[in-house]
Amino acid sequence: MNALDQIFVTLHHWLIGLFPAAIQPLVSIVLIIATIMTVFGTCFAVTTIVERKTLGRMQNRYGPNRVGPWGLLQPMADGIKMLIKEDIVPFSADKILHFLAPLVLTVPIWLAFSVLPFGRNMTAVELDAGLLFFFAIGSASELAVFMAGWSSQNKYSLVGAMRGIAQMISYEVPLVLASVPVVMLAGSLSLTDIVQSQGGYAWGFIPHWNVFTPWGLAGFGLFLIAATAESNRSPFDLPEGESEIIAGYLTEYSGFKYALFFLGEYLGLFAVTGLAVTLFLGGWHAPMSIMEWVPSWLWFAAKFGVLIFVFIWVRATLPRLRLDQMLNLAWKFLVPLTLINLLVAAVWYWSRPLSDSFAGLELRWLSCAAIIALSYVCLGRNLNRIPSPQRHYTYGT
Amino acid sequence: MAHEITFYLIALLTLAAAIAAMSLRNLVHCALCAAGAFAGLAAIYLLLNAEFVGFAQFLVYVGAVAILIVFTILLTQGVEMKSSVALVSPSWLTGLAITGLMLACIVAPILASPSLHRSAPPNIAAPVKKIGEELMTGCILPLETVGLLLTAALLGAVVIAMSDKPPFQPKTAGNPPRRETQEEVSLR
Repeated sequence: MNALDQIFVTLHHWLIGLFPAAIQPLVSIVLIIATIMTVFGTCFAVTTIVERKTLGRMQNRYGPNRVGPWGLLQPMADGIKMLIKEDIVPFSADKILHFLAPLVLTVPIWLAFSVLPFGRNMTAVELDAGLLFFFAIGSASELAVFMAGWSSQNKYSLVGAMRGIAQMISYEVPLVLASVPVVMLAGSLSLTDIVQSQGGYAWGFIPHWNVFTPWGLAGFGLFLIAATAESNRSPFDLPEGESEIIAGYLTEYSGFKYALFFLGEYLGLFAVTGLAVTLFLGGWHAPMSIMEWVPSWLWFAAKFGVLIFVFIWVRATLPRLRLDQMLNLAWKFLVPLTLINLLVAAVWYWSRPLSDSFAGLELRWLSCAAIIALSYVCLGRNLNRIPSPQRHYTYGT
Repeated sequence: MAHEITFYLIALLTLAAAIAAMSLRNLVHCALCAAGAFAGLAAIYLLLNAEFVGFAQFLVYVGAVAILIVFTILLTQGVEMKSSVALVSPSWLTGLAITGLMLACIVAPILASPSLHRSAPPNIAAPVKKIGEELMTGCILPLETVGLLLTAALLGAVVIAMSDKPPFQPKTAGNPPRRETQEEVSLR
């Protein structure tokens, strides 16, 4: 069991041992980078085909089915197409910024993977402030979106970039605030420590995952909503709303630069999903003590896959929000709710003595959940009470 | 040795970005160069083993302040500076005097301070946990004040955005007459 669990760690050590001692640190770094890029690059290719197939199934159509058996080779065809397409740069574009934007978007997102614990002893860089690093490095993508939109010198691009930045800034607040209770209760910003703190089982069968606490459940929901918006996915895909502004900040991109944006978007989704698994779903911990023989990295992958499927599902289900709805949801609903969630986490922390008996734990759980549920209902009703502005559309003749 | 090379490389890039931020003609380029200088500073903090400060610098300055600057540029006057305006102002003598004065004000206390003669502490790595403990014990009052202030600012921004002005009613003649709503019909 242990050998299988640590197979990648052992493999890594064995591979490093083949090199002279002087360059071993360098080899170790290169190996880790290559592994992460290969795994998540492949993950990107697989997700595109799975997403298109699933969307097709949910919308009662076939999806891609021409390339290879059941259309499984579609990602290869897409990749080749993107590589050999002509790279068109608009005449009036700001050439340097237009070139730099996809790089500024993609590079930080690759870096974000370095702090995620993919399994037991499988964190690339053990950072004391891992969570802070994740959010800090993620904030660079806003600048990239702006660079892309502005340098294209296209009205649609600029509008798309402005929408994108407004959305990313707005949803970064609930995203960070939703993960603060986890840091408070774990007492550490290190993602490895956060996963460690979720190990073990209550009465031998309920895992100590954060999602099984009232603040964790609420935080998980809030985190997922904010994460969907952060990665510009439907129903928050206004920055690229193709029925309104062509493709937003991607309008003037073609060929491989477009592919880089596409890659960056999916990698951002993967990174934030990995963070959700780490913060709320117990990271690489098994859900039952009798399932501990399954390797830890497999548990991480399983939870990761399920969450990605949920994102695809949401994309197939919900229509796109309007701009004012999107902003209202963030500022008037998610932010207050995350602040209340912080309070609930504090209540949960101070009522620890209650959890010795089953009845006490029940009381603790239900009273904490009641605070969140009550504020949820009140906020929702309050928002519904304010009528949305009557819209008058006039059409040119 | 490698440490020093890294430092000089980062310092050079930061300085170059800062100079470019002051001297480029296009305001958006200036703003992006300023963001580059902020990122360079964050890298220097990281080089000094100040993980927490470095990440916070990146998050706040590159993630928020740079975006704020960019928005300010786009929402105010045009991006391009008028070409008639000389890059170096004709009143450069005044500028030079003020800069010299400022520099003197900053440099004199630094030279006079005893911290120049102290040797560096042996272990300069500050783990996040220690910073947190220090913040929650020694500096609890400033921390709470800042936290309260920031939360108030956050809520204040939401309240400002929550304006309950009556919805805009266009009065142009070209509009078709508005149909009465169900409610108005029932009132009548």
